[in-house]
Amino acid sequence: MLTTNPFAELSASYPDLFTPGVMQVYIILMVLFVIGGTIIDLMHKKSAKYFFGNAERSKKNAKRVLSSSEKNGLLVKTITNEVLTSSEFSNPKRRLSHLLIMYGFIFFVVATAVMIFAYPTGRGDATPAIWPLLWHLGALMLCVGGYWFWFAIRVDVAAEGKPWYKIAPRADMFILSLLATCTFALIWSFTKGMGIFFALFIISSTFLFSTVIWSKFAHMFFKPAAAYEKKVVWADGSREGLPDMPDLSSAEVHEKFPDIPTYMGKTPPDMGPGIRREPANHY
Amino acid sequence: MPTYVHMTRCDGCGQCVDICPSDIMHIDTDIRRAYNIEPDMCWECYSCVKACPHNAIDVRGYADFTPLGSSVRVRRDEEKGVIAWRIIFRNGKKDWDLIAPITTKPWGTAIPDLNTATAPSDEMRNSDLLYNEPKYVRFDEGGLHTLKTNKLVMKEGVYY
Repeated sequence: MLTTNPFAELSASYPDLFTPGVMQVYIILMVLFVIGGTIIDLMHKKSAKYFFGNAERSKKNAKRVLSSSEKNGLLVKTITNEVLTSSEFSNPKRRLSHLLIMYGFIFFVVATAVMIFAYPTGRGDATPAIWPLLWHLGALMLCVGGYWFWFAIRVDVAAEGKPWYKIAPRADMFILSLLATCTFALIWSFTKGMGIFFALFIISSTFLFSTVIWSKFAHMFFKPAAAYEKKVVWADGSREGLPDMPDLSSAEVHEKFPDIPTYMGKTPPDMGPGIRREPANHY
Repeated sequence: MPTYVHMTRCDGCGQCVDICPSDIMHIDTDIRRAYNIEPDMCWECYSCVKACPHNAIDVRGYADFTPLGSSVRVRRDEEKGVIAWRIIFRNGKKDWDLIAPITTKPWGTAIPDLNTATAPSDEMRNSDLLYNEPKYVRFDEGGLHTLKTNKLVMKEGVYY
């Protein structure tokens, strides 16, 4: 069951209604929704204009010019750290949950596209077993990471003490439609046919991809760009206007700031955490 | 000029809320980010600017220490025990990196035990260091002033 292609079975059961063409058009339509939604979001919020304007302003404060090999190195680092391993998260629970949801979504979407475009017809078990397996695994990872986030990690629940059923409509659109999509996908795969679960699956996935303008969906495009820009800005010396924190034992620092060797000695020790000793919890 | 939060850099951790002496940094529960609820009451003490782990809070540099429109950004590094400032004039003519120590010993060590400290002598009281200080600092009326010696009790809870 985990190795049968549910879309091929659907197409075989209802050959007039669910032709491969219909399913493929649906996928293409969803992709267009995502692209169009992101572009309209960018234009409406003018985020691209502000992002690149900020980058230009930072360049003026830059202390050195980065070579293209340095920039490529930073791009690779962004991809390996922030994109592939979600290193932006310092909270381990949030990081693990995000990784589960992210990779689950990727497996699910890629397996869906492959099964619909490459193996849309024939018996369900004519498809190489890896794709339905990946599809089910992706949906399962989405469910595990997503429900864990929804019931325990979501900040309204974890920090504001709100019950898990209190929804903030616009903020929770993305996660709820993701959860609905993967849950109904799994239930439909096990119950088969064109029943209520298939309908709910299609409704929730259409909702997910068509509400890109209003939901948090587009963060997957903006975050890597922002992470890369931050790395560039820290490498070329503009540092968003923040000061440098050099090595306090260096002779250069001792010459420029004589207070440091006078009051802290030539090699100041690690002073330990101060006000950061406890996490903030009085709000 | 009062503080403002870059909502895109803030993650709602609440460090600024905890440290603000004026209690005007709050978390907006809709978008879960910090904001200054009463800019008129801001002391411009820079506590929230220094406390923010993401450097998401900014204060516009004021005319008494820098020309208007300068970018004034600070990083307080507790492990290194220094505070670093960077002031960039709006015409780009000056771009200072300044560093100063904020502690000479690791945090939490070398806290003086005031119980064992001796009271200042008359000579010290009349010197320029203590001459203008209030009586409880000069120990004019005996030992250290504490809540107990003044028969005061602190109630639990937050006082507004």
